[in-house]
Amino acid sequence: MSKIFVLAEHRRGELREITFEMLTKGKELAEKAGAELTAVLLGNNVREYAKTLAEYAKKVLLVQDAKLENFNSEAYQKALSNLIQEHNPMLILMGHTSFGVDLAPSLAVSMNMPLATDCIELQYEGGVLTVTRQMYGGKVNVNATLRKAEGYIVTVRQATFPAERGTPANGEIVEVPSPLVQEEIRKRFIEYVLPPPGGVDITAADTLIGIGRGIKDSEEIPSIEELAKILGGTLACSRPIVDKGWLPDNRQVGSSGKTVKPKVYIALGISGAFQHILGMKNSELIIAVNKDANAPIFGVADYGIVEDLFKIVPPLKSKLSELKG
Amino acid sequence: MDIIVCVKHVPETAEAEIKINPDGKGVEESGLVFDINEWDDYALEEAVQIKEKLGGTVTAVTVGPEAAGSTLRKCLARGADNAIRLTDPKFEGSDSYAIAKILNKAVKDLHFDLILTGAQAGDDSYAAMGPILAGLLGIPHATMIKKIEFNNDTIRFSRELEGGLEEVGEVRLPTLLTIQTGINEPRYVSIMGIRKAMQKEMKILGLTDIGLGEDEVGESGSWVRIEKMYVPPVEKQAEFLKGSPEEIAAKVAEIIKARGLV
Repeated sequence: MSKIFVLAEHRRGELREITFEMLTKGKELAEKAGAELTAVLLGNNVREYAKTLAEYAKKVLLVQDAKLENFNSEAYQKALSNLIQEHNPMLILMGHTSFGVDLAPSLAVSMNMPLATDCIELQYEGGVLTVTRQMYGGKVNVNATLRKAEGYIVTVRQATFPAERGTPANGEIVEVPSPLVQEEIRKRFIEYVLPPPGGVDITAADTLIGIGRGIKDSEEIPSIEELAKILGGTLACSRPIVDKGWLPDNRQVGSSGKTVKPKVYIALGISGAFQHILGMKNSELIIAVNKDANAPIFGVADYGIVEDLFKIVPPLKSKLSELKG
Repeated sequence: MDIIVCVKHVPETAEAEIKINPDGKGVEESGLVFDINEWDDYALEEAVQIKEKLGGTVTAVTVGPEAAGSTLRKCLARGADNAIRLTDPKFEGSDSYAIAKILNKAVKDLHFDLILTGAQAGDDSYAAMGPILAGLLGIPHATMIKKIEFNNDTIRFSRELEGGLEEVGEVRLPTLLTIQTGINEPRYVSIMGIRKAMQKEMKILGLTDIGLGEDEVGESGSWVRIEKMYVPPVEKQAEFLKGSPEEIAAKVAEIIKARGLV
């Protein structure tokens, strides 16, 4: 029976959510294709995770080795290649995460398996894999096919597929000996570094004013800060603002920053790359101002304003001041 | 330290309106401003800063048509010593795999200690070309790099994970690193730099020069073939507020007030 592999992702003592999202999607694909859903777990002392995965997948392939304790794309690639050679999976799913991005491309080259990255949908029909992915910062969707092959690798965008439990799969756990040899590894893991504590906590704010690239100049920031002050809110931002050094990184909303859920999120000049959207789409109320009517931010906003933010901010400040009396 | 930087000439689209071509296979390029890919901009700056500290050379390489020459000129003006543009009508339609094969042929016989490129490109966002190239060259790699420190024949790096977490690791040279935005502050191009760049040579190579077959590049040499582009369906339809800025501001103020937030 052909197999669909889902590479489990774990870090600092827990299985990450993307694992369950992929297992849910993988189950659907496996049922359609008559394939066996197989979770692949690489780690050290992770039998407990294997038991959890066995509730979702028919089979769990487990490789344990001290060199697999923390993610290392080189060690992971060796262990995974070994399993691919033995099982010839028709499809391997991994997260389009900092882990999957580091592992999938070089694995695809070495195993000669076509790769599509950052996919938000995938279909397997008649041996042809069709995926949906995005281009131009989420402004365009693309349907694409992969070159015909016996097996494919796909990295899946986070928070795109729901993670559903379904009926327990009572999967079989198969432990495979580690193929790793000490001297082979050219790259090693040293440590995780947590963001420094303290400073402003944007996750605690009821009102957030998020600024993005549309702000154009750091000298405009004080006038937006005034708006935040009138609203009793806090200033947050998208990645480019932190990259430019205009605000510290504890203000960054998105997959590489904070996930926020304020009562109101006002997005000013943020186009809405998915990394940002991931961090704020569950806000109770989203108001977005952007010049481009097709900016993806309007796809998650409750209210949209297609206008130059600098034309809206001054009258908004005076209206709000009036209301406050 | 001899460094190769792989750069891409892409349209700036974060602030621009995108129109899809009638054939659904590409976007309308007229009206878009092309420049060096944002992530590659940081990669180039990192390379130039390393050269300034440790000596050596920086070679900028791109795959692209004549217009992409302006991105290479920019690299030269900012401190790169050499530039190579790989161009051929057959390269059209190449995905990150085909691009990596082209770059592999062009750089494999050059001397290098380090290859830098952006963590992803702003147009197709594959985030795959760099590590594919490393795989083809048989050298180790690390992606989404936020910090580089040299220590004899190894690099200690810090890479960006999710939620503000960073991973510190060590990799042996020669290696390929993909650079995340924000790692440094890319410099502006100086008049002096532009003048110097004028005198630097730009090498141009085609398909036969690098010894690849037609079927190894372009669409036939790619893993991924674009079938159709379309405007993404929205998760929920925003209610658009219309009127003069004052009228819109009044509506927004009312909405916020109705939620008891003023």
